[in-house]
Amino acid sequence: MRQRIGVYICHCGGNISDYVDVEELSKMFHKEDGVVVSKDVMFACADSNQKAMVEDIQQYNLDAIVVASCSPKLHLHTFRAVAGRAGLNPNNYVQVNIREQCSWPHSDRPREATVKAAGLIRAGINRVVYSEALDSIEIEVKKAAMVIGAGISGMKAAIDLARAGNEVYLVEKDYFVGGHIAQQEKLFMTGQSGKEIVKRLYDEMKSYKNITVFTGATVSKVTGSLGSFNIEVKVKPRFINGKMDKQSVKRVMDDCQVTVRDRFNEGLTTRKAIYKNYPEALPDVPVVDMEALRDHPDFLEKHKAVINPNEQEETIALLAGSVLVTTGFDNYEPKEGEFGYKNIPNVITLPQLNRLMELSPEKLVYNGKEIRSVAFIYCVGSRQKKGENKYCSRQCCTSTIYTALQLKEKYGKIQNYHLYRDIRTYGKQEILYDRASKQGDLFFKYEEKELPTVEMNGNAITLKVKDYLTNKKELEITPDLVVLVTGMVARADAPHISELFKIPIGNDKFFNEIHPKLKPVETVIKGVYIGGTCQGPKNVSEAVQSSLAGASKITALLKSGTVMGDPVVARIDADVCTWCGKCAEVCDYTAIRETITKAGKHIAGVNRSVCTGCGICAPVCPVNAIEVAKYTDHEIEAMIDGFAAEVEIREEDVSAVNEGKEDFVAAHMKEYPQIWKDILDTLDTEKKTIPEMVDTLNMAPEMVTWHLMTMNKYGVVSPAGTNDKEEYYYYKIK
Amino acid sequence: MPNDNTSPKILVFSTDKISDPGIDQAGLRKIHYSPSVYVINMPCSSGVKPRWILHAFEKGFDGVFIAADGHECSYSASCPERTNDIIIASQKLMAEKNINPKRIRMAALCSVCAEPFVSHMENFSKILAGLEE
Repeated sequence: MRQRIGVYICHCGGNISDYVDVEELSKMFHKEDGVVVSKDVMFACADSNQKAMVEDIQQYNLDAIVVASCSPKLHLHTFRAVAGRAGLNPNNYVQVNIREQCSWPHSDRPREATVKAAGLIRAGINRVVYSEALDSIEIEVKKAAMVIGAGISGMKAAIDLARAGNEVYLVEKDYFVGGHIAQQEKLFMTGQSGKEIVKRLYDEMKSYKNITVFTGATVSKVTGSLGSFNIEVKVKPRFINGKMDKQSVKRVMDDCQVTVRDRFNEGLTTRKAIYKNYPEALPDVPVVDMEALRDHPDFLEKHKAVINPNEQEETIALLAGSVLVTTGFDNYEPKEGEFGYKNIPNVITLPQLNRLMELSPEKLVYNGKEIRSVAFIYCVGSRQKKGENKYCSRQCCTSTIYTALQLKEKYGKIQNYHLYRDIRTYGKQEILYDRASKQGDLFFKYEEKELPTVEMNGNAITLKVKDYLTNKKELEITPDLVVLVTGMVARADAPHISELFKIPIGNDKFFNEIHPKLKPVETVIKGVYIGGTCQGPKNVSEAVQSSLAGASKITALLKSGTVMGDPVVARIDADVCTWCGKCAEVCDYTAIRETITKAGKHIAGVNRSVCTGCGICAPVCPVNAIEVAKYTDHEIEAMIDGFAAEVEIREEDVSAVNEGKEDFVAAHMKEYPQIWKDILDTLDTEKKTIPEMVDTLNMAPEMVTWHLMTMNKYGVVSPAGTNDKEEYYYYKIK
Repeated sequence: MPNDNTSPKILVFSTDKISDPGIDQAGLRKIHYSPSVYVINMPCSSGVKPRWILHAFEKGFDGVFIAADGHECSYSASCPERTNDIIIASQKLMAEKNINPKRIRMAALCSVCAEPFVSHMENFSKILAGLEE
């Protein structure tokens, strides 16, 4: 138990002390048992105060500190570092949030806010009394990364990881690398073909000896954890005799007359049973579709020198310190009859149109008919209020408009009709929208409650739409081709990957990151990252950005050979545990297994490097043998006691909360936070407007404005007239 | 100074990554709610022990509210069901102590759910104030 505690209560330049009597609270807690130092400080986060805290800890031999200031989301790491610099274990520090959860929401009732702050701080003190000097868990990491999925995201990440000196295993389920991008004839905004990009990336990967690419490969088993994931990869056979030269293999391909539906061309064509996705597909080794040739023993016998039907699936065991999942997406497959799909001949999807265009170099012909007009129906399988896919698929508006532009560029006189709900060509993509409008494409807005209808009328398609741009006027179009703009959906094998690596899946069925803004590529599984479209719809640039972020995270993780794991994990009271297995049943991460103590007792054992510290196991234990560090019964119940304890504060001090505040602030100039000092520096030579300060400081306008207003309130700065256009106030040092 | 705040005293269990930032948002936007609301943040709402809930009632809290992650939980897809199990287990213990089961509630809150949090607190306070035992 901690017995020499330091308590620091922050004014936050008035953000707290305008409503909470922090001076009185600091006096009150000075009398508390175990509290050796209790201070109210102008800005707890200011450098000067941090130094003073370090001095206090060392001078008074403090064994724990409580900082009552803002939300722990802002300065938890700041004060942990203060504790560390003073030689105190960072886990012997407790942050109490008396700003976001006290002074601000209760600014209308300062009297009660002070009482509540007292309860919150007392709870913090009670908690820190039971705090333990926890040591981080040191984990050795293998300097190797596995990237799963060799689309553009996976390949770019693999190259970055290899460049940083990591051993890289790139595992691709298909027999050829490139993913969906290889199906794109041209990509916004460079106009490059997807195949060119795939080739360039593949050649670059081959220049790194530390990248091993497995194609036709799937992950079948995963054990281990951060630092040493033992991963079993099954590699399917290509059934091609690897010793044969390319000409011999090509002769067999030419001789093969067995064809099947071509998945790469979205079913628009057939392919041979010995095939590559496209002639330049990589790796440059064809695959034998043995299932399709099963009934052709004569052909197999004839070419037995090239085709090896007995080649077996290979299982390879790999060890990786970290894993990046870039498995990508599936295209939404419309249901039969959805806007006439599969029932009406000339209704296809956008991915099918993209393949059709690449396969049609001069004229666009479908079902024997030259196409002169195309109607795109947007948001098919996306933004469904009642359906499964509630989300916007984000890239399809741009993809459609870019395709419409290509249609005109490639085939000349084609009329495009766009039946949309909202056009979301954000960022630079807006240029395309503008270009499509100028080239004469027609746009009609429909609503989900009144969907367009597609019908056959003799040999022609009739498309009816209630156009919300013309007061819901019902319009009829007779396009040669209807293209359903389908969005991205989570891959069908996403649950399998999720099960193997324990990656959480969201409502949209894509993989879930920890936090979309703060931890956008991290998962709750230590050492497992996600990138690209496996975490949600993205365009190519965004997909690559996120996978490269994941690669950077992994490089940083693997760099030193060891990582420090969070000590906030579950632990078992061996005396109390009787191993019923309930804790293991609820653990999604298989962090808990039955173990036997030296005395021969069967108890639950926690793998500390796998445990996420979620605590889901603790409430299900029938004998209360599990607790999570920092969330022990002692700590939580002591906090509740702290909230409940009577508070005695002298009333007259609360009513005088704001008296003399300006003088107090002025007297504590040296305690200003760095941002105040930066603002004062910019105003040192001349008055400035907020936009000018924003430019100089390179900070968010709201951040500068917020601090400037507080500084103004306490007379640190003052307005100095408006600028020439009378748009903004100048500010100067007062 | 005696606490003359007569609003029901509520203990909220929030979660570090999702619902606690939502509660912070209410403060950041100066949306007022009762100062009798106290928050303890946890990694996941599935980790709240029923004995803590009982302890809160024993110490004079009028209600306990679990601000859960719901389906946004980054730890477990089964978080809503697990948290619900905790509520049920707690209500059984509460029944043994003759504590009205309406004194415990849960709702999913997102990381920007400032208004929903305040609304939940107002509604829960009304329910607690109206309980007759």
